[in-house]
Amino acid sequence: MVKRRPAILVLEDGRTFPGEAYGSVGETFGEAVFNTGMTGYQETLTDPSYHRQVVVQTAPHIGNTGVNGEDDESGRIWVAGYVVRDPARLGSNWRATGGLEDRLATEGVVGISGVDTRALTRHLRDRGAMRVGISSIDNDPQSLLTRVRQSPQMVGADLSAEVSTAEPYVVEAVGEHRFTVAALDLGIKRNVPRRLATRGVTTHVLPASSSIDQLLATGADAIFLSPGPGDPATADAPVALAREALRREVPLFGICFGSQILGRALGFGTYKLGYGHRGINQPVLDRVTGKVEVTSHNHGFAVQVPGVVGGAVVPDQVIDTEFGRVQVSHVCLNDNVVEGLRAVDVPAFTVQYHPEAAAGPHDADYLFDRFAELIEGRALDQRPSEGRNHSKGRSNA
Amino acid sequence: MPKRTDLKHILVIGSGPIVIGQACEFDYSGTQACRVLRSEGIRVSLVNSNPATIMTDPEFADATYVEPITPEFVELVIAKERPDAILATLGGQTALNTAVALHEGGVLEKYGVELIGANIDAINRGEDRQLFKEIVAKAGVRLGVDDPTALVPRSRVCHSMDEVEATVAELGLPVVIRPSFTMGGLGSGMAHTPEDLARIAGDGLSASPVHEVLIEESVLGWKEYELELMRDRHDNVVVVCSIENIDPMGVHTGDSVTVAPAMTLTDREYQHLRDLGIAVLREVGVDTGGCNIQFAVNPVDGRIVVIEMNPRVSRSSALASKATGFPIAKIAAKLAIGYTLDEIPNDITLKTPAAFEPSLDYVVVKIPRFAFEKFPGADPELTTTMKSVGEAMSLGRNFTEALNKAMRSMETKAAGFWTVPDPAGVTLADTLAALRIPHDGRLYTVERALRLGASIAEVAEASGGIDPWFLDQIAALIELRTEIVDAPVLDADLLRVAKRAGLSDRQLAALRPELAAEDGVRTLRHRLDVRPVYKTVDTCAAEFEATTPYHYSTYDLETEVVPSNRPKVLILGSGPNRIGQGIEFDYSCVHAVQALRSAGYETVMVNCNPETVSTDYDTADRLYFEPLTFEDVLEVWHAEDSSGRAAGGPGVVGVVVQLGGQTPLGLAQRLKNAGVPIVGTSPESIHLAEERGAFGAVLARAGLRAPAHGMATSYDEAKTIADEIGYPVLVRPSYVLGGRGMEIVYDDPTLRDYIGRATDISPDHPVLVDRFLDDAIEIDVDALCDADGEVYIGGVMEHIEEAGIHSGDSSCALPPITLAGSHLVEVRRYTEAIARGVGVRGLLNVQYALKDDVLYVLEANPRASRTVPFVSKATAVPLAKAAARIALGASIAELRAEGLLPATGDGGTMPADAPVAVKEAVLPFKRFRTRAGKGIDSLLGPEMKSTGEVMGIDTNFGHAFAKSQSAAYGSLPTAGKIFVSVANRDKRGMIFPIKRLADLGFEIVATAGTAEVLRRHGIACEQIRKHYQAGEGDDAVSLIGGGHVALVINTPQGSGASARSDGYEIRSAAVTADIPCITTVPGAAAAVMGIEARIRGDMQVRPLQDLHATLRAAQ
Repeated sequence: MVKRRPAILVLEDGRTFPGEAYGSVGETFGEAVFNTGMTGYQETLTDPSYHRQVVVQTAPHIGNTGVNGEDDESGRIWVAGYVVRDPARLGSNWRATGGLEDRLATEGVVGISGVDTRALTRHLRDRGAMRVGISSIDNDPQSLLTRVRQSPQMVGADLSAEVSTAEPYVVEAVGEHRFTVAALDLGIKRNVPRRLATRGVTTHVLPASSSIDQLLATGADAIFLSPGPGDPATADAPVALAREALRREVPLFGICFGSQILGRALGFGTYKLGYGHRGINQPVLDRVTGKVEVTSHNHGFAVQVPGVVGGAVVPDQVIDTEFGRVQVSHVCLNDNVVEGLRAVDVPAFTVQYHPEAAAGPHDADYLFDRFAELIEGRALDQRPSEGRNHSKGRSNA
Repeated sequence: MPKRTDLKHILVIGSGPIVIGQACEFDYSGTQACRVLRSEGIRVSLVNSNPATIMTDPEFADATYVEPITPEFVELVIAKERPDAILATLGGQTALNTAVALHEGGVLEKYGVELIGANIDAINRGEDRQLFKEIVAKAGVRLGVDDPTALVPRSRVCHSMDEVEATVAELGLPVVIRPSFTMGGLGSGMAHTPEDLARIAGDGLSASPVHEVLIEESVLGWKEYELELMRDRHDNVVVVCSIENIDPMGVHTGDSVTVAPAMTLTDREYQHLRDLGIAVLREVGVDTGGCNIQFAVNPVDGRIVVIEMNPRVSRSSALASKATGFPIAKIAAKLAIGYTLDEIPNDITLKTPAAFEPSLDYVVVKIPRFAFEKFPGADPELTTTMKSVGEAMSLGRNFTEALNKAMRSMETKAAGFWTVPDPAGVTLADTLAALRIPHDGRLYTVERALRLGASIAEVAEASGGIDPWFLDQIAALIELRTEIVDAPVLDADLLRVAKRAGLSDRQLAALRPELAAEDGVRTLRHRLDVRPVYKTVDTCAAEFEATTPYHYSTYDLETEVVPSNRPKVLILGSGPNRIGQGIEFDYSCVHAVQALRSAGYETVMVNCNPETVSTDYDTADRLYFEPLTFEDVLEVWHAEDSSGRAAGGPGVVGVVVQLGGQTPLGLAQRLKNAGVPIVGTSPESIHLAEERGAFGAVLARAGLRAPAHGMATSYDEAKTIADEIGYPVLVRPSYVLGGRGMEIVYDDPTLRDYIGRATDISPDHPVLVDRFLDDAIEIDVDALCDADGEVYIGGVMEHIEEAGIHSGDSSCALPPITLAGSHLVEVRRYTEAIARGVGVRGLLNVQYALKDDVLYVLEANPRASRTVPFVSKATAVPLAKAAARIALGASIAELRAEGLLPATGDGGTMPADAPVAVKEAVLPFKRFRTRAGKGIDSLLGPEMKSTGEVMGIDTNFGHAFAKSQSAAYGSLPTAGKIFVSVANRDKRGMIFPIKRLADLGFEIVATAGTAEVLRRHGIACEQIRKHYQAGEGDDAVSLIGGGHVALVINTPQGSGASARSDGYEIRSAAVTADIPCITTVPGAAAAVMGIEARIRGDMQVRPLQDLHATLRAAQ
């Protein structure tokens, strides 16, 4: 048996877990969060939303299918650290091009294995997400704890710039081109433009610092606000951009972090959840149709909408905002957290979860159709003869 | 969408007797359904012929019909009960088939009964192979798949060799060849080479009456997966569980080692399976409820093929429920009455809804349990026909832990890797060759191949495609083995690594001989404080708090056992089902839980059988899903006892071992020696009953007779005994269940042969040699005895077949149908003397033989027997509940006062008008074939072979027997041909029954000797030659094989081994053609009574609640 170096994991409240070095040997810090997905570690690792987070996988075996050239959700691994119980020695899959541990080591990702990840998860569930350090070079919990407490907090973190693309790039539509969308890259996943492309949408992905005019200069019919890491309360510039888009009635779709930005733009607040939603089994109720979708989640913050009673089917409930009427279209059935907003009077909607999945079920894929329909409806609206009718209700179907 | 208000009365159909492929998982699902429906205020009627089920306990339904699950009887129930709807999706294929038959017969329409949970069209779409292929293709179109036809194995119907060759040129070899319209798949085969193809397809074309063969692409060796899905009437769908088969395609999933969740899929592949599963489910149109879909995935390019789907709750859904904590059957019942998934709370978290997909932070392994040793001649190769009789499941925090736990749960000779030596002289080449044929325990062979130096790639190839990831996990164990063997000392760190990998103390002891065996390892481990913790199955990988204490052990940091100061009782279950130890024991364990719970104890269940009610997390207060080995049980006891004491309570006040069959009984003495408080009959008393010499002394003291007997450790000793007591003798190993290895021997050569075959004989394990009482009536008694020596006779059963046929295989009647009052007085005297002499505290089963008016004791078992549920149902007295209470100190007088037992009287003296209950055994011969493809022998003997039983209950024996036959085998015939061929010694006894059958209008066909006797008695019969006699036209075997006979009566000529060969062809033809086959004279007489009852056509159904009220009133 291969002998691994001992390693430790120390939480900011002092709880310490022993383990062994996994991936790169070294030391790392971040916010400890747990992910309950049983598949999709490669997608998770390369999801920019996990930037500065140390991800605890509740699934005990990680690395079984190795890594392949197709499942990355961005150009690199983003997690700040990786906590697993039983790493695979051999990755077995017809698409595999290498082993996970080699990849982690190559990209300098410090991990720890052999941890009682269930105990750690229960701790985080009960006490909330918190800072954490992993070290395979210093096995003294006290000295590591000191450094954990010096590491930055997630609340107040503005991370978009760190994960965003430096240069704009284009993902072409598959088949006939129908629309152009400008995506503000706050930490976008590759599968978003890919899902849009299958609807005939060409996506221009622009850096987080882009202005609305730069976005629209691409010839975009609509704007997409991407998922991404950090505290939405810090994202003032994207919020301002979203407000301007709402004012100009440019069709708008936001996912996850993008959803929180749109929420703020509509005048709602955001707050940090105790330990967040990270997994691919989360039930979301569409409050208009009453249907339940099993969805992929990765969020530590959420939009605060006053007076929302979750779990009920309320097709007509609306809240008045500066931009007209807004519906809470989706809620999470586990805890009634707001998972989707839809503007009635302007062409905008968002979801807090991940219809692009990767990893996760494809139940919510229809939302990309809904976005295409929204753009299409908007295009129709702009025909002078038909006048304006924001509440066409296409998306109510 | 809330509950439907128009459903006020639902008829639930159960699955009947336990057979291979349909076991107690349907008792688990049906019990859940009944509970759910009643808690919703719906009146529940239930039909199930299996008395050993919990669901047929009268408190689970408003009207419980222990009646045959045939369209005929279910219609009688419908006519009587007039339910609004039928729920048939929780009773396996039996219930579904019956529902379809009722629909097709117009019965549902006639009585205005709605089928809920699945509609007929959906059932047909799932069942019809061709239709299903089209459905899958449509689902593929719906998903926008590039080539929807590639989602099923490609195939083409061919009429000539040219067409066959052209097809194969396209599909590539290997291919499966299926000739059209041949019986039992005759002529089917797999062609790996052009030569195979020419031979099999050529033969197939000529074997097929329409000269047609189907050539199908082979998916042999592909990875095999299953998804368990649920759909509600709002079209919400969730995947409850994914299951991966370690054995690739080619081995039935019921016979495969399986893992949950799937271990070797990327998210992209898994989501493809999920999308496809959901699309197929929608296309098939399963209304609501659970469904199971199987996939094959090509390991080379990831191509997915849909194999089949079951539009109902299945064995896999029971496994998935236990594996995830998501109660599929319970939810399915709620969905059937109109709820949607989001309206149903998740039982385990209470806060979150059932509309979600469980996430596991552990690994689950299931291993099938086989019984080939019971069926000599049966081909043990694992194929697409299921052959296993049970299974064990285990949970661990990693794969090897779960695998090792599951392996030691099997209770086979090997208890995990390295616990038995390699076969002498075995080489790597032998091992790799052995891997090519799927067999029971193939992972042992995998391990040996890797240990002998094969590479992972070689083993993957030889095993026909076991995924390298699994092989590497086993390779890692082998590396750990080397480390353990080589380490100078076994220190805490290494011990912890070994335990985390799932190795048992026994496995470690095998590697470190200096550690004084398992006990030595445990002592060391405890000294180094390396002990397991217990985690919780919570459906959500700890995301939400769980309220249900459903635990498994692992070697990790933190335990989740919640301290409790209540007095606790551990109930040890019976492990994987096998022949001789099945659902009956689980029934008794569940009853113990119920009785002790209501008596104020905190009940803790320990078991490893996923099919059972006992392992439902809401049966006991706490559930430990653990192997029933000494080590695992001791650790559970320690965890519960110490946490209870730490909480200021008394801890574990008792461990109940006498209800789970031989498994827990075998642990009793060691547990007691380790300080565990065994309650009920003491291990010393158990020994007293099981050890021949001591038991003989008990009988002698009380002046009770037993057949002359002796114990031998060699042929010479055995022969001396046989000479002394006279042939025939019954020989068997000591300490066995289900008559394992038991034979009746008539002469010296056979005795010599038997001793020669019995390899394990030693002074510790002698062979018992008993005088065998020919033509005696066998009697079975279940009784209770308390600490004061007070005895309650639960029931006296008279066997229909004569002594010599294992009690588990013979049918019996309660109350006894021919015994005199004086016999019953004697039976009571004997039973009381044995109970007191042995010191029984709880249940006792005694088997007697009555010969020439003299009662002999055959054996006594101081534990719950297989017949406890049957007796409880036939007499309306819950014997196992009473036994559990007695074990914890209650007296029979107290239980009478409480009302758990009747105030006066007992089952030894039933009221004159008591209904007659008949128990009939169900035998699995149809499942097995010899290597040559022939049926195996159906002859009964002292070794038990049945997998389950049914009960027929009615006012008289004939009607009850007829019902038992309908329930077990399909109905007795009322017209047609009866084939008779009986041994010389049976000819006298057979005359009257055959004459009666002839008078009833049956045509009699007989072989020469039998025909002659019949003709002399004026019974018209047609004579037919035996198959080995030359002549024209049909012989006996071809007549039966051709299905031209309604009933076969064949008793074996000769004795011992020669009896087996006589008539084998006849009996195996009957088995193959699925024709009832009677092999004893008393069996034939009973059949005549049953046939008369059926011909009279006055069959009635009556609910158990009614029968019990009558019985209780009479008491």
